Formats: sequence, C-alpha cells, structure tokens
Amino acid sequence: MFAYYLDLALRSLKQNRVLTALMVLAMGLGIGASMTTLTVFHLLSGDPLPGRSGQLFYPQVDPTPTAAPALPGNMNYIDAVNLWQARRADRQAIMVGGNVKTKAAQAGSRPMSLHTLATTADFFPMFGVRFTQGNAWTAADDLAKARVAVISRSASDRLFHGEGGLGQSIRLGQWNFRVIGVIDDWRPTPHFYELDRESYGDGDEVFIPFLTSRDLAELGITGYSLNCYGNTMDDLHLENQPCLWLNFWVELDSPAKAQAYRQFLDNYAREQQALGRYVQAGSPRTALPSVMQWLDQNGVVPSDVSLKSWIALGFLLVCLMNTTGLLLVKFLRRTTEISVRRALGASRQQIFLQCLVEAVIVGMAGGVLGLLLALAGLWGIRHTPADYADLAHLDLPMFAATFAISLVVSLVAGLLPAWRACHIAPALQLKVI
Amino acid sequence: MEIRPIFASLRKHRIPALLIVLEIALACAVLCNAVFMISQRVNDIRLPSAIDEQGLVTVTLRGTDDKLVGSEIPRNLAALRGIAGVQQVAITSSLPLSTNNWGWSFGVNADSVIANQKNINVSLYFIGESGDKALGLHMLQGRFFNADELADSKFDTAPLPETHAVVMTHAAAENFWPGQSALGKTIYSKPYYYTVVGVVEDVLRPNISTTNTRKSYDAVYFPMSAAGSKGALSYYILRGAPQDRDRIMREAEQKLAELNPGAVAKGQIYVDIREKYFANMSSMAWMLVLVCVVMLAVTAFGIVGLTSFWVGQRRRQIGIRRAVGATRRHIMQYFQTENLLLTTAGVVVGMGLAFGINVYLMQHYEMSRMPWYYLPGGALALWLLGQASVFGPAQKAASVPPVVATRSV
Repeated sequence: MFAYYLDLALRSLKQNRVLTALMVLAMGLGIGASMTTLTVFHLLSGDPLPGRSGQLFYPQVDPTPTAAPALPGNMNYIDAVNLWQARRADRQAIMVGGNVKTKAAQAGSRPMSLHTLATTADFFPMFGVRFTQGNAWTAADDLAKARVAVISRSASDRLFHGEGGLGQSIRLGQWNFRVIGVIDDWRPTPHFYELDRESYGDGDEVFIPFLTSRDLAELGITGYSLNCYGNTMDDLHLENQPCLWLNFWVELDSPAKAQAYRQFLDNYAREQQALGRYVQAGSPRTALPSVMQWLDQNGVVPSDVSLKSWIALGFLLVCLMNTTGLLLVKFLRRTTEISVRRALGASRQQIFLQCLVEAVIVGMAGGVLGLLLALAGLWGIRHTPADYADLAHLDLPMFAATFAISLVVSLVAGLLPAWRACHIAPALQLKVI
Repeated sequence: MEIRPIFASLRKHRIPALLIVLEIALACAVLCNAVFMISQRVNDIRLPSAIDEQGLVTVTLRGTDDKLVGSEIPRNLAALRGIAGVQQVAITSSLPLSTNNWGWSFGVNADSVIANQKNINVSLYFIGESGDKALGLHMLQGRFFNADELADSKFDTAPLPETHAVVMTHAAAENFWPGQSALGKTIYSKPYYYTVVGVVEDVLRPNISTTNTRKSYDAVYFPMSAAGSKGALSYYILRGAPQDRDRIMREAEQKLAELNPGAVAKGQIYVDIREKYFANMSSMAWMLVLVCVVMLAVTAFGIVGLTSFWVGQRRRQIGIRRAVGATRRHIMQYFQTENLLLTTAGVVVGMGLAFGINVYLMQHYEMSRMPWYYLPGGALALWLLGQASVFGPAQKAASVPPVVATRSV
C-alpha cells in the first residue's frame, strides 16, 4: 500500500513541477538557515569536556573591599595559593596565561609569541589532557620551581619542525626550560578554564609550573585581564598586590565532596575575615559553580549567536506556513481525484496517509536541499574572521537532526492539508464531474 | 471597488487565507526586528574614531629587552622613517579597537584613590614623540605634549607614569567635568595626579562596550619616554598614503624583524584591526540581511502560489464576470484588492508581534527599544511585496477570455 501511495505522490508532484519546486525550495531554505545557526549554537554552547565537566568546579571568594553584585571572576595570589595548598579537593590547579616570546634553545632559531599557561601539576590529569610523548610534571616539581615545560603538538611542530622536542630545551624570554612532555593538540571549546582570553580561540601551546613563573616574574605571565582593587605599586610581582588575576579549578568526584568543599570554602572565607584579610562587612560570600554554570554566568555563548538561532527559527516557521498553504492548495485542487478514490472504497484514513506521504516526500527533498544549504552556510561562516569560525562543521548529531527536523516539519505542514483533503464530501464533488 | 464579494469568497477559503495572513504577520515581525538589529550593528561598526584610520599602519614588537629599549626605540623609529612613503612615525602602547586595554580609574578630587566608586574608568594610551601626528589626532583645545613632558615621563614601580600632563578625549572630559572646559583641570588617583594640557576629538578605546556607547570614548593619553617605558611601548605606528599602506606594512615588519632578531614583529594595517574587531558583528549583519531577503522571497512565492491556485479555481467565475461586462482592469483590481486586504490583516497582527518580540529581546538580550517607524516601514514593505507578487497571477486572471463562461461544464 505504501508503495502505491509513494507512486501516487510522485505522480502528483510531477504534475505540477513549479508548485513542487516552490515547496521544496521554501522547506530547503528554512531548514538550511535554521540548521546553519543551530549548528553554530550547538557548537558554542556545548560541553567543553563531556563526561568530566560535572566534576569540575570554580571556587569563588571575594577579597575586595567593596561588594560588587557579582563575585570576582578571578582570585588573588594569596587566596589561590592558600586553597591550592589546602588540597581539600580531589585535584586542584591554579592557572594563568600570557603571551610569551618562545624559541627553541639552539642558536639560530626564530622567536615566536606563544600562548603560555602557568599552572600546577594537577592540571593535566584533572582536565584529562592526553600526552603523545613524555609526562606532566609532579607536585614536587611545582614546589621545587623546576624549569620544565609541556608543549602542544602544534608548538612542537613550530619550534622543532616535527622532531618532537622531548628532552630538548626551549627558551621562554631569557630562561631555558626542558621539555618533559608533548600533549596532543587540546582545545576545549569554549576555552572554559581561562575565559579572559577569547572564548573560542586556539588552545594553549606551552605549559610551565606556576611557581616557576612567579620566580621568573619578568616573563610577564599575569593573565589576560588584570583587575586591581587597591593601589598597586608593581604590575609584575603580583604576589602581594591587591589584584585579581588567577584562575583556580578543583575536581570533586561526588556531590557529597562538592558539598563538603562548599563548607570548607565558607569556613575559609570566615577565617580570612577573622584574620582581617577580608574587610567586607557581613558574612563573606563564596560560590562554587560547575563548568556549565560558570560558562552560563559568564554569558560565554555570544548573545548574537542565540539571537540568530531565534531569527532562523522564526524564518523556519514562515517557511512552514508557506509550505502548509501550498500543500493545502495542491490537495484541494485534486478534490475530484480524491472523491473518485473515496467513492471506489478508500477510507478517510487511507486518503490521509496518502496525503501525508506526499508531504513527507516534499519535506525530505527540502531536507536534502536544506543540508546542502547548511553546508554552504557553514562554509561561509568558516570564512568569516570570527574566533569560532574554524569550528563550524556539521557533526553527526546535527546531520541526523537535519533529517529529523525536516520530517517533523513536513508532517506538521502536511497534517492540516491532509485532514482537509480527507474530509472532502465525495458525493458533492462527483456530481460536478 | 466593491469589497463584499471578496469577503464572501475569502470566507469560503478560510484556512488558506488564514495561513497567508499568519505568514505575512510573522514575516513582518521578523523583518522589523531583523532590520532594526542590522541598523544597530551597522551603527556600531561605523562608530567614528578621530584618527587617520585609512593611512595608518602598525607593527607590534614583543619580547624586547626592557633595559635596552631606551636606545632601541629611537633606532627603530629612525629606520622606519626611512621607508619610502612614510610621512610620520611614532610609538604607542595600544591602539583603538586593538583589544589591548590598559584601564585605570580616576577621580576629580585630590583625595581620590583607585577604589573610589565615583571614579571614572578610562583607557590609558602611552605615546611617544609626534604620536599625535602619526595617529592623526585632532586637537580641539590646548596642545599635545611638549618635548620636556615626553622626555621626562617614565614608569617607576607603579603602573602609572611619573608625569603630570595628560591629554584626554572630548568625551572623557565631558564625563569628568560635564559642561566645563577641561583644560588646566586635574584628575587624581592618589598619590598620582595629572593636569589636562589638551583635549582631542573622540578616539575609541581598545575595547568598547556595545551597550553603553557613551563610554566607548573614555580614553586618555600620557606622554612616555622610550627609556622609561619598561616595555609598555610596543605599537610602532606609521602614517602614509592609503594606497601605500600594504607595502609600508610589509617593509616595516621586515625592517623591525631584521633590527631586533630576538623579538617578534607583527605588522597590520589599521583598517584590518578595525575589521577584525567588528568581524562578528558584520557577519551577524550579513546573515540577517540574507535571512530577510530569503524570507521575503519565500513569502512572495507563497502569495504567488496561492493566488495562482485561486485564479485557476475561479476561471469560470472570471469568465462569467467578463462576459457580463467586467473589464480586465476590474478583474485585476479584484485580486489586487483581495491581496491588499489579506496583507493588511497580516501586517496589523505582524506589527503587534514585532513589538512583542522587541520587548522580549529587550528583556533577554542587550537590545534597545525599536523606534516606532520600523513598524509602518515593515508594513509598507509587505504591502509592496504583496502587490508585486500578486501582479503576475492577477494579470493571468485578467487574460481569461469571456468565452470561458460559455463553455459547457
């Protein structure tokens, strides 16, 4: 029976090519535009570390004298080091980035400016960073202020021209560091652990121990946004300055541990208040957002992107109505044919199904066209200079979603016309013939 | 034109008529909001900045040795001056829209400290000799820094310079002292204080807020000597004729890289810096334009399709009307009036919807209120679109010969 409906539908679609083409075009444009924007939205609002992000939290405390409505987005040195040394989480790491002049240590190599992250040993296991060669440094290296570095594969290609570089030396500023590990290129999207840099930019390329970077303050790794809440007399040696510039992340493997850490953080803030370090009146404020909460708080997904998705959905709705109208017109034009079929014994249900099959064929053709348009749209986005441009690819779930959407849209568009068509009174129409 | 028969016929085709009304309403709502967003983006992208953007070239030099910059900067500047077509050369710490922002808060009272809530946050630009000419700054009042101020200014341990002269933008001056002349007045951040020696036409900050454009121009210039700059001066700026800028940029980058083998030199023409800053916005604007055009096209297709169907369905009636004396004009007018009625119903609903969407966007996104004239503007666009798309089918209807009426059924 289905094959017969299919045959009927194809015949009917062929009969009026212009109308069919209009419907497919409208569906295709609607689906294409909405899939393009939804894909970008899906990419930008995604989980940067699927499977892991639920256990990662960003502790926030407020050492500033004036209570701003939002808690500070960074920590000062004393709080970050206190919390890091307390080791009350399963894993914890301080991190701060900067652009550092880097070159391979051998003579004659050209310097380049690389995104460098000063962090502590737990960074790599906590975020699940994969090593292709060598290993991360240890907590002992952190305290010993070891001059060791981990580099990304792309940095190793640029510095050592594809020879890996493990065990070699690189020169950051005027100091040599020994490369003890090479990581696979790692670019969590968005760049959640340090949002002051562009949220969808490249990953970090060189990693060095945090305390080493403080020892060599002239490297200038002081983050991408330095926010001071008191008079500062020095913008390189920030250890004792009233400045917020560090990121601190913790891993807490169970909700109970997260709860316990919240309590710990609260106690810590009270203790600091008692010591006179926190001068705000009232009970001190703390927070422990998870990765997704943190991204949400910071409004990481550009509001333009979600606006675009709304507009594209509105556009899809216009296309949907358009297709519904045209399908209705098409079915009603065939009242005689439908009446004959009804008179010959077809039930309403069968007419209904037949009409829906036709709608779905239009929808699927529109879906294919929409997919092509979405691919073209994403190609266009990849050629814009936006910082997320190179991420704009159609992945498998979105590919499947395109067809799911076109199926649903065409069914919705076909329902009303099909329902009208199956309620044609055959006798009235047959009389006319 | 009698409209009662039109109503009678529309009543018989309620659902298709309703669909077309809804489609037009939705199209009108999306169109008004999208065009409004486009105009806002375009305004932002076109924010004026009183520097010579077209002729400006910059090369950033990073990784220099702070102890040597006192001799290296004058040497580099001299070398850059030798490039053919270069009219002015200077060095500065950052450029408008470069995203490299150095901010500080100042007050107008002698006891202002940085943490004061009433202070005004400004972007700091540090600039060397003839920086005003290289950037193409327009002095409105007072003067640019003199040789002594430029030579004496330096950084000690604090992030503020050891000088007492400042040049600020007109907008910043208005924010500090509304309605008064800023010349000779002083801004404070204890223990530092700076006296305004000049006011320049508004120059954008390195980073601007898209929601509060009043603050986009709060920038101040401080003099800075090469020797005391502690690495803060890293933007070499060159000014030349716009047609030479690409060549100047390449040659300047090459020259600085040769002279400073240990540092990283990167050249850019200023228009690219501006374009990159607004890239997301302009891609958004283009996408909105595309959506509007395609949506209007789809709506037009819908109207053409539906009207064509109605024309086909009513061939006999049209024939009869023609046979009993209606002219072609009458038939055309019938379909045009019908379309006008449907579109009017659509835009009335659509204007309400457009207003509602705007209110929603104002609450959930950084969006301002849509000026009222966008609504009638959108309505007019859809009226025109409706009339344009009905023209073809109506003409086809008008060409139905009266003889159709006499054919047997």
